[in-house]
Amino acid sequence: MRQHQPTHQPTADDIAGLIARHAGTEGPLLPILHDIQDAFDHVPQMALPLIAEALNLTVAEVHGVMSFYHDFRKAPAGRLVVKICRAEACQSMGANALSEAVLGKLGLDWGGTTRDGGVTVEPVYCLGLCACAPAAMVGEKLIGRASADRLEAAMEGAA
Amino acid sequence: MKIWVPMDSAAKALGADEVVAAIHAEARARGLDVEIARNGTRGMIWLEPLVEVETDAGRVGYGPMTPGEVSAIFDGGSSLGLVEELDWMMRQTRLTFQRCGVIDPLSLVQYEAHGGLAGLRRAIDMSQDDLIDEVKLSGLRGRGGAGFPTGIKWDTVRLAHADRKYIVCNADEGDSGTFADRMIMEGDPFCLIEGMSIAGIGCGAVQGYVYLRSEYPDAIAVMRRAIELAREAGILGENVLGSGHAFDMEVRVGAGAYVCGEETSLLNSLEGKRGVVRAKPPLPALEGAFGKPTVVNNVISLATVPVIFEKGAEHYADFGLGRSKGTIPLQIAGNVARGGLFETAFGMPLGEIVNDLGGGTASGRPVKAVQVGGPLGAYLGTSQFDLPFGYEEFSGQDALIGHAGLVVFDDSADMLGMARFAMEFCAVESCGKCTPCRIGAVRGVETLDRIRAGDGAAVELLTDLCDTMESGSLCALGGFTPYPVMSALKLFPEEFGAVREAAE
Repeated sequence: MRQHQPTHQPTADDIAGLIARHAGTEGPLLPILHDIQDAFDHVPQMALPLIAEALNLTVAEVHGVMSFYHDFRKAPAGRLVVKICRAEACQSMGANALSEAVLGKLGLDWGGTTRDGGVTVEPVYCLGLCACAPAAMVGEKLIGRASADRLEAAMEGAA
Repeated sequence: MKIWVPMDSAAKALGADEVVAAIHAEARARGLDVEIARNGTRGMIWLEPLVEVETDAGRVGYGPMTPGEVSAIFDGGSSLGLVEELDWMMRQTRLTFQRCGVIDPLSLVQYEAHGGLAGLRRAIDMSQDDLIDEVKLSGLRGRGGAGFPTGIKWDTVRLAHADRKYIVCNADEGDSGTFADRMIMEGDPFCLIEGMSIAGIGCGAVQGYVYLRSEYPDAIAVMRRAIELAREAGILGENVLGSGHAFDMEVRVGAGAYVCGEETSLLNSLEGKRGVVRAKPPLPALEGAFGKPTVVNNVISLATVPVIFEKGAEHYADFGLGRSKGTIPLQIAGNVARGGLFETAFGMPLGEIVNDLGGGTASGRPVKAVQVGGPLGAYLGTSQFDLPFGYEEFSGQDALIGHAGLVVFDDSADMLGMARFAMEFCAVESCGKCTPCRIGAVRGVETLDRIRAGDGAAVELLTDLCDTMESGSLCALGGFTPYPVMSALKLFPEEFGAVREAAE
C-alpha cells in the first residue's frame, strides 16, 4: 500500500535485519514479506533463501507463499502506484469506463508500468469506499467518486 | 469553537483533509480560535465530508462540505440542523455503531464516557458459563455472512482442552458493497478490542489476532494505535482491568487475497502459509490457528459483544425478526443517491432500503437489480423488493445477506457482463484447492463468452456448471459464485439470449 522509494538495493544484512525483527513471532512469514516490501518496494529473489533458512522452510515453500498473494512483487513498481477498484459497486458507477480511460491514456494494461517508470496501474478489488464509488488510490491518497480528470490531477500532484 | 471533521477514509476520499486545511485557514483569517477534532463517520457517506460544529443545542452539521464553502460554518450559513435529529439518524437503532462518528476514535476517555468498557467490566464479574450464556441469549449470529450462532462457537472453544486458545477477528472485509468493518475499526476501534477481550475471557484465550486486509491502510493504523493505547491503559495485557485474566492482541495484515476472508484460509494465512482453504472437520473451534482451539468471528460480531453486555442480552434480542435477532448494519452502496451505513433491526423490506433510505439510483435512472452480500451474493430484482432483510428470508430465495452490503445497479447494467465478472473474479481469487472452483470459474468465463457470442445452447451448460460448483466446492468462493450468475440468468434471461432464440 505504501509508496516507498528505496534508497539502495537490499543487501543480505538488510534482509537479515528485517527477519530478526520477527524472532519469536507466531506465523512470521507474512509480516516478514510485508516488511521487506515496505522497505524495498518489492521482495527480491535473493531474500527467499535467507527467509527459508531463518524459518526452517524450503525456498519453494517461501516462493509458494509469496506468489500466492497479489500484494507481493518480484520487482519494484513504478514511482507512483495507481489502484483502481474493479469490484461491483464501483462498476455500477462506471469503473470500467474509468479504468479504460486511465489505462488508455497511459497506454497500459492492468499491472503495467509506464516506460519512464513513473506510474504503475493495478486493479484492486474493493477499497471499502463503495458508497462513494468509483474509488481509486493514487499513491497513498484515496479518491472517492473518481473521474479520469480527478485521477490525472492527483497523479500530477503526486509526481 | 469546536469543529468535528471525520477522519474516516471515505470522508478523506471525498476531501475531508482539504476541508480541515481550509477551516484552519479561514479561522486564521478571521482571527478565531478553532479546535478541530476528528471523529469517525456517522455513516451518511453522501453527506461527507460532514462537518459538525458544537453548539449548546448539540452538534450542527454542514455537508457535503468543500474547501471553498467553509466560510458558511463561521457565518452560520445553511446547515443541515442537528446531526442527531437528521431523519437518517433518528430512524436507526444504533447499538454496534452507537459511538461511531460521535467520539474521537482514539480517545479512551470519550469511549468510556459513551458507555465503553461497561460491557467488559460486567463480563469480568461473570463466570465463563454465564458469560457465554449471555451471548447465546442475545441470539447474536455471525455477521460475516454465515450466520452461525456466536455463543455456540464460543462454547465449543471454551470446552476444548488445550494449552493455548486464540480469538481471531476476521477483518478481511473484501466483499464489494461492504464497509461496516472498516468504518468501525476507523471510527470506534476500542469497541472491537473490548469485544475480543470479552471473547478471550469467556473462552479462556489469552491471544487475539485481527487479520486485517492490506487494502485498508487507515484502519490498520487506527487499530494498531488503539491496541497500544488499550495496553497502556491496562485493558489488554497480563491482567485485563485488574481481573486476573490475561489477554493481548495484535493486527496481522493480509496481502490482497480475497479468499482469506474464508476462515480456514485466513488461518493458514495467519500461520504464514498460502491462503488455501482447509477441509472441515476439524472445525477451527477445535483445531484452528496453529492447531489450537480458535474463535474466528467477523469484526461486527465481535464489536457487537460490548453493547450486549452493556445493555443486557434481552435488550439486544428484543430487536429483529424470527431467528435474525438484534440489529444489522446495512451498507447501501453502488449506484444509489444516498449511500451509507444504516443500523437497524432485521426485517426491513429490501425495497424500503433501496428506495426510501437510499433514495433510488444516483443516476436517476430506474433500479434494475441489487446485489446483496458481496460478489458471492445473488442479484435481486424489483419484483423481490418486499423481501424482509433476514438470514432465512434471503436463503429461501436462493440469496444471502452476507455481510449486509447492498450494491444498487441502474437499468444500464449489463447483467451478462456482471455474471461474467463473477466468474472472472472467482477465477482470479480461487485458492486452487478444489477443482469445481479452480477449473469451473475459468470454464464459466468461457461459457458466458459463448453465450455472448450467440450460442444459446451454452446456457444449459452454464446451469450445469453452476450446479457442480455449488455442490462440489470446498468453500463459499466456488460454492456461492453461482448465486450472482444464476440469479442474473433467472432475472434477465433475455440478456442471455432467451428472447433472441424465441424470436428466431
